[in-house]
Amino acid sequence: MTPQDLFQYLLRLGDNTLVLGHRTSEWCGTGPVLEEDIALANTALDLIGQTQMWLGYAGEVESEGRSADDLAMLRDVWDFRNVLLVEQPNGDFGQTMMRQFLFDLWHDLMLANLQKSADPRIAEIAEKASKEVRYHLERSTDTVVGLGDGSPESHRRMQAALNLLWPYVGELFVPDDIDAAAVAAGIGPDPAGIGAQYRNLADEVMARATLAIPSDPFAHKGGKSGFRHTEHLGHMLTEMQWLQRAYPGATW
Amino acid sequence: MSSVNPAPYDAPETEAARPRDEWPLWEIFIRGQHGLNHRHVGSLHAADAEMAVKNARDVYTRRNEGVSIWAVEARHIAASSPSDKGPFYEPAQSKVYRHPTFFDIPDEAGHM
Repeated sequence: MTPQDLFQYLLRLGDNTLVLGHRTSEWCGTGPVLEEDIALANTALDLIGQTQMWLGYAGEVESEGRSADDLAMLRDVWDFRNVLLVEQPNGDFGQTMMRQFLFDLWHDLMLANLQKSADPRIAEIAEKASKEVRYHLERSTDTVVGLGDGSPESHRRMQAALNLLWPYVGELFVPDDIDAAAVAAGIGPDPAGIGAQYRNLADEVMARATLAIPSDPFAHKGGKSGFRHTEHLGHMLTEMQWLQRAYPGATW
Repeated sequence: MSSVNPAPYDAPETEAARPRDEWPLWEIFIRGQHGLNHRHVGSLHAADAEMAVKNARDVYTRRNEGVSIWAVEARHIAASSPSDKGPFYEPAQSKVYRHPTFFDIPDEAGHM
C-alpha cells in the first residue's frame, strides 16, 4: 500500500469519528434527559479521542508536518473522507440514536478486523477504540430496541429514522481501489465481507425493535471518496472550524 | 448548535397532553478501585435495572471512579423517618458503657 493510499485510508477512519463525534456533541446540554445527555457527550468524547489517534497517524504517514488538529480544522469539505451517514443531521433523539446504531454496528465489526491489521499502529488504535465502541453499540442497540418497540409515537419516529438513514448504510460496504490495496497489504478487511455480517446483526436488532429495513437497495455514495458530500457537511464544518479559521493558531 | 434540517417537531395536538411520565428513581452505589464496600454516590432516572446500570456508568464513572456498580430502585429502600429521631437515636446517647472504652488493651494485642 502506498503512503498516499494509507493516508487516505486513515483519513476515512479519522473523518468518520471526527464528523460523528462533532454531530453527537451538538446534543451537549440539550439531551432529552440528563442521563442521555451525558451519555451522548461521553460518546462524542470517545469519538474525538479516536480521531486524534487516527488523524495523528495520518499526519505522520503524510509527512508534510500536519497535525491531527490541522487535518481536522483546516481542510475544506472536499478533502473530507467520511461516509455520508455520519454527516447527516441529528434530527430528533431517535434519529440520532438510529444513526449511532447504524454506524456503531459497522464500527464494531471494522475495529474487530483492524485489530488484526498488519500495520501494528492501526492494530493498536483499533484495540483501544474497540472497547469504547463495544459500549456505544450496546447502548445504541438498547435505545433502538426500546424506542422501536415502545409507544406508537416512538415506533413511528424510529421507523421514519430508519427509512431516512438506511440508504446511507450501503456506502460502508462498497469497496474501491484503496480498500483493495488495504486488503492486499493485510492492513484492513474487505468492506463487502463485513456487509453480510452487518446485515445479519442489523436484521436481528430490527426484529427485536419491530422495525422494517427498507427493501430498496439504493445507496447514496461519494463520502469516503470525497467525490460528493451531502450539503450538511459544509454547514457543520463552518461551525466546527470557525474558531481556527477566524483566529488561526489560537490555543487555550 | 442546531442541525441544518431537524426533523419536524410534532407539537401535542390537544391540551390534554399530560406532563411526561418520569422514569423511576434509582440509587447508585459504586465500589471504587481500592474501596472494599459499595458506597452511595447519588441517584438517577432509568426505565429498568439494566438501563440504570448503564446510566450509572455514564453519569458516575466518567473519571475512572469505580470497578463495580449497584443500582437499587429508590422505592425498595426502607428508610427511618426523621420524626422518629428522638425514640430511635437519643436513648443511645446516654449509654456510654456500650463503647468499648472501658477496657485496657493488653500490650500483646497490639494496635486495634
